[in-house]
Amino acid sequence: MAEITLEDIIKPENRVYVKTELMTDNVLSYCPGCGHGTAHRIVMEVIEELGMEENTIGVAPVGCSVLAYEFMNIDMQQAAHGRAPAVATAIKRVWPNKIVFTYQGDGDLAAIGTNETIHACNRGENIVIIFINNGIYGMTGGQMAPTTIPGMISSTSPYGRDVKTMGNPLKITELVAQLPGTHFVTRHAVHTPRFVRRAKKAIKMAFENQRDGKPGVSFVEIVSNCNSGWKMTPNDSNKWMEENMFPFFPLGDIKVDGKLI
Amino acid sequence: MTEELIIAGFGGQGVLSMGKILAYSGIMQDQEVSWMPSYGPEMRGGTANVIVIVSDERISSPILTIFDSAIILNQQSMDKFEKSVRPGGVLLYDPNGIIRHPTRKDINIYQVEASHLASEMGNAKIFNMIVLGAYLKIKPIVKMENVILGLKESLPERYHKLIPLNEDAINSGLKNVKAFHELN
Amino acid sequence: MSELKLMKGNEALAEAAIRAGADAYFGYPITPQSEVIEYLMAEKPFERTGMVVLQAESEIAAINMVYGAAGAGKKVMTSSSSPGVSLKLEGISYIAGAELPCVYANVVRGGPGLGTIQPSQADYFQSTKGGGHGDYRQIVLAPASVQEMSDFVRDGFDLAFKYRIPVLILSDGVIGQMMEKVKLFEPIPRLTEEEIKEKYPWATTGKKHGTERRIITSLYLDSNEMEQHNIKLQKKYKEISEKEVRFELIDCEDAEYVFVAYGSSARIAQKAVRLARAKGLKVGLFRLITLFPFPTKQIQEMCSKGMKGFLAVEMSAGQMVEDVHLAVKGCAKVEHYGRYGGIVHTPEEVLEAMEQKIIGG
Repeated sequence: MAEITLEDIIKPENRVYVKTELMTDNVLSYCPGCGHGTAHRIVMEVIEELGMEENTIGVAPVGCSVLAYEFMNIDMQQAAHGRAPAVATAIKRVWPNKIVFTYQGDGDLAAIGTNETIHACNRGENIVIIFINNGIYGMTGGQMAPTTIPGMISSTSPYGRDVKTMGNPLKITELVAQLPGTHFVTRHAVHTPRFVRRAKKAIKMAFENQRDGKPGVSFVEIVSNCNSGWKMTPNDSNKWMEENMFPFFPLGDIKVDGKLI
Repeated sequence: MTEELIIAGFGGQGVLSMGKILAYSGIMQDQEVSWMPSYGPEMRGGTANVIVIVSDERISSPILTIFDSAIILNQQSMDKFEKSVRPGGVLLYDPNGIIRHPTRKDINIYQVEASHLASEMGNAKIFNMIVLGAYLKIKPIVKMENVILGLKESLPERYHKLIPLNEDAINSGLKNVKAFHELN
Repeated sequence: MSELKLMKGNEALAEAAIRAGADAYFGYPITPQSEVIEYLMAEKPFERTGMVVLQAESEIAAINMVYGAAGAGKKVMTSSSSPGVSLKLEGISYIAGAELPCVYANVVRGGPGLGTIQPSQADYFQSTKGGGHGDYRQIVLAPASVQEMSDFVRDGFDLAFKYRIPVLILSDGVIGQMMEKVKLFEPIPRLTEEEIKEKYPWATTGKKHGTERRIITSLYLDSNEMEQHNIKLQKKYKEISEKEVRFELIDCEDAEYVFVAYGSSARIAQKAVRLARAKGLKVGLFRLITLFPFPTKQIQEMCSKGMKGFLAVEMSAGQMVEDVHLAVKGCAKVEHYGRYGGIVHTPEEVLEAMEQKIIGG
């Protein structure tokens, strides 16, 4: 019996999964188990499937995904902390025929960049915002974020977030949905295949909205885990996310076609 | 020729626009000009002043403390700028509302009853043009035809129908300026 | 065609942006420079040339919009006044780090803090010594007239794209608020998409399939790469220092003493030169046009030719005077004179300082 070689295995007809060319071969800087890699991949798959590779400019934030441009194989700009929506606003304004998106974490988008987020959304900039919410500052080592839920432990809330002294977590996605400048606002997750498929569908809709000139921001939140920051195994972190994060940040569409659900 | 002038009064009297028309008139006859206003909160209802320089040469400092001429349109400005006229220079003022008249003997002082004349002509807004006319009688630094061109340049087109009225006001000022104290 | 106009410095700056073929202006109101965005909104260049004009939510957003548009290969500009420029400095540092071209203006007012809205030149250190974080420089042009407020926008863009560097037009409340005659330069058309792609291959315009992607970033996590990047930047700054110095000499041929000044102080010092000459004093003016690069060599040459003294005149407690000292290196007398905190010195005060501190001192 002939031996099966590597060449046989990677024959096109045998492949069940192909990495999009729009992800580079650079080794991801994310911790094993983190949702960022999946989120990157589905954003890039959508851009490839919609034939937008040559026409898209992405904006990377400050945070864990500061190096998103190392992995996303399209033209990218890295923005100052929190300012990605302002950077994207300008790129879209000077290149109205291009597709422009930001990819931001919760500290970037909902703390230092709240102003830019709200105003870009309120002006109705025709951009896509991908918002990864893992309830923590991952890159700096697990400090409390604007989205850290009540009671949740972080390195700057070591006894759990006490809302009396530390304030409440900010549901910025619900907030931007109230603004007349958002067209599509939705919340998803990427920790199981079922949720990945749903999230990808939403991301696709967001980019189609921009392509079709639907007025305003398409805003996709992805509630994700941070097993390192949360000090859990990847499996435990996903379980913890389902039990604690999802009740506080319920998944699903919040605004579709400019109308609140 | 270089004329260094300060125009000072209340915000709303048309101090800044008078200076602007004068500056535009200078441009019309190919001179160098500068127009430097006081700016900031005092603009809103308080005192306003502008330094206008018209010259045949490149203008150096747009901000000065001593002037060839001063046009003074309220008491605060009189108190502040009477002393800023160079000896032998010109001070022109509207006596309306002035309780402490100028007292210097080393300068030429003139009056024009511009607020009265403006209300007689039925339009308070031409006050500044009457004053400008009076000033140009004393200091004919720009030709009248260039003042009209300057007016056209500085007024938005929709106000061009008001140019004849402004011309009348300038002429009224030309005719009604009176010497208060003149050097021999 | 060129036109003669009577304009405020701030208006001339705005009109020049349209004429220079700028693609975008992003700004935020602050006295004494709000006329810039007011003028642009009233003139509607978006209907004439397609130039984008946007009032941002903050100075911070505005400078990051500049970063975005510049990274995308566009001619982009912003302006502000001192406290607003302090807010922009993080963005300027990013622009310098990512080697992007842009022009921005600071119509300086008195500080520190909220300060005053009156004119000042106390942002010299901030403008020429970095301002934001990291080892970076920017080209600083100091207009002394409304004419230069217009011309330096065009020149600024040329320099910005030649060196991929931020160019600061360092003005002040006097130059911004005053009106003078200005000859507007002929409009330069905006570049087309094809022209931008050809001239600026580094810009993010969308990656052609199978080609290298463009990345605009100032992040170098590897210190060796960061050092190499810094060495490259320093090389560029050295080249600029050698090639782009600009200045003007007024009445210096026979002068024994000179004022060194820029912007509105240079205008005031020019009047003081006239007053001095009328008194028979051999005084001239060295007017700086570029503050970075600083004309160190040219001032040194004056020293070696026997200039007896230099009076640095600036509306600050003494900032530019440090660079004059570094150039003169003790060969001649150097002193500073200036009113500050929003007070503008008079020609008479300036001349008196020259007589007392330099000539008689």
